[in-house]
Amino acid sequence: MLVYIAKRLAVAVPTLMLLIIISFLLMHAAPGGPFTQERQLPAQVLANLEAKYGLDQPLWKQLASYVWGIIAHFDFGPSFIYKDRTVNEIVAQGFPVTLYYGFLSFLVAVFVGVSLGIAAAIRHNTWLDYLAVGVSIGAQVLPNFVMAPILLLTFTYWLRWLPGGGWEGGQWQYVIMPVIALSTSFMASIARITRASMLEVLTSNHIRTARAKGLPERKVIMRHALKPALLPVLSYLGPAFVTMITGSVVVDFFFSTGGIGKSFVDSALNRDYAVMLGITILVGSLTILFNLVVDILYAWIDPKIRY
Amino acid sequence: MALLDVKDLSVTFATPEGTVNAVNGVTFALDKGETLGIVGESGSGKSQLSFAIMGLLAKNGTATGSVIFDGKEILNAPPKVIGPIRAMKIAMIFQDPMTSLNPYMRVADQMAEVLTHHKGMAKAEAVTEAVRMLDAVKIPDAKGRVHLYPHEFSGGMRQRVMIAMSLLGRPELLIADEPTTALDVTVQAQIMKLLSELQRDFGMATILITHDLGVVAGFCEDVLVLYGGQVMEKSPVEPLFQMPAHPYSKGLLKAIPRVDQEGDELDSIPGSPPNMTNAPKGCPFAPRCDYVRDDCRERLNPLTQFAPDRWRACNRTLEEIA
Repeated sequence: MLVYIAKRLAVAVPTLMLLIIISFLLMHAAPGGPFTQERQLPAQVLANLEAKYGLDQPLWKQLASYVWGIIAHFDFGPSFIYKDRTVNEIVAQGFPVTLYYGFLSFLVAVFVGVSLGIAAAIRHNTWLDYLAVGVSIGAQVLPNFVMAPILLLTFTYWLRWLPGGGWEGGQWQYVIMPVIALSTSFMASIARITRASMLEVLTSNHIRTARAKGLPERKVIMRHALKPALLPVLSYLGPAFVTMITGSVVVDFFFSTGGIGKSFVDSALNRDYAVMLGITILVGSLTILFNLVVDILYAWIDPKIRY
Repeated sequence: MALLDVKDLSVTFATPEGTVNAVNGVTFALDKGETLGIVGESGSGKSQLSFAIMGLLAKNGTATGSVIFDGKEILNAPPKVIGPIRAMKIAMIFQDPMTSLNPYMRVADQMAEVLTHHKGMAKAEAVTEAVRMLDAVKIPDAKGRVHLYPHEFSGGMRQRVMIAMSLLGRPELLIADEPTTALDVTVQAQIMKLLSELQRDFGMATILITHDLGVVAGFCEDVLVLYGGQVMEKSPVEPLFQMPAHPYSKGLLKAIPRVDQEGDELDSIPGSPPNMTNAPKGCPFAPRCDYVRDDCRERLNPLTQFAPDRWRACNRTLEEIA
């Protein structure tokens, strides 16, 4: 098992390298640059700026020094747009925010989604099933950029229960709406996957055996059906978890939470090369990490899987 | 009083293609310690018959009629009634030992569960009892292997685990639904020998469901021949083998390969089992029967007694089909 984990982590290094190279090249292939403005800067000023940030160097040299900076000093470089801030500072400021509301959203999505899915499967083809399916389809087709303004209108503008934005160190009244807006569609997907997989598991032979043993239905579900039913959910949860903790531009935009979701999109629009690469590497590393976590959990649930 | 008294048991399934009549008015009784074989081709309704008794029908299945066990009606009984009967009074083993055990649980946990749930036994004590039962079904090194997962056992060993698990509650009735079909031939013989020893030692009544008349001959006292969800013939084993009283039983017997007869081709029954969605209104076997007459297709033949302990559902005389 440890050997397997070590191997997987070793493979992660070239994967991340490839990710860096591809994003780096794609970014530079896009027209414009960090200092492109509506009013042309004087050629000399532009040249000086580019020299300061190393943009006058050949591409491979820029890439090499960028990678070297990460390896040697864990330095992801300065922001090209915010003159006095480094990428590390921007991520250090925004990531805890997205991590906080993302993780909460994850917990909500998993708890509500799995419960809803199981309830629907157990009460297959009853009003509860139809309600659960209806709710999850509704939640899934409602994009969060529609959801967010509806929440704001309802709870801030009409009911005046919740503040319309800000973060304030993550006090609960600032967190509620971001969590609802972010978790809803994930919750819906989890509910659908859980329901489908539970329905399938409930027809399997070993469930019939469990029933023949005289166990009450509750025990049959909890002890015998839940584990196998959650396997497909688990493979969905790895990537979903990463998506959620790295935040959402929509949430950051509508609720002014100050997370890195917005920084990421801004950096792409502004050609803030370093910030964009930094966040890409963060998301990439987390994706690799949590896919590994999912695989380890798989082995824990399914004794037939051994690495 | 019989241990199990099944009267006019029918099972139907609601499917998008229409109602499937899997079992049609089956009646039989079983005394304590008796062995009954239920024989039929695939699709004859024999498995659904046993699921109906245990209350394990799929959700779209409906059972009607009556199943009295130990003086109590258990057909369609609520969980409160059927729950304590399962495993403790009536236990069941299934066709496919590969999938019938929970692949995600250690054998110890799956087995112990029966006793902790029904008897409130402590886990450790239940595991000790499980090991004892695994010894009884001749699993070598039971003590060490009880903590393994099902996939770490071979097919034959898994069926032994399944049998051991079913015996934990000391049931009065064991329903074995094709216990050897998924196993290879040498293992089949071992398992049947084991079952037969255990049946004697534990003195439990047993219903053996199989498509293999050979297996029935070695194991059962009585046979129920099922076709199209109906009883074609009911008889003690020996007279049935000597003189089958229904064309279908005859066909089944002829289809058993025999090494002692100079080999022509093996006989088979032409045609295939009826589609139970639109069951014919007459005798279900009529379309494949060598002795069919027009009236066979018109109405059902009731199961009638023609000798002590023997019943058959055929309107031709014994001489006609001899």
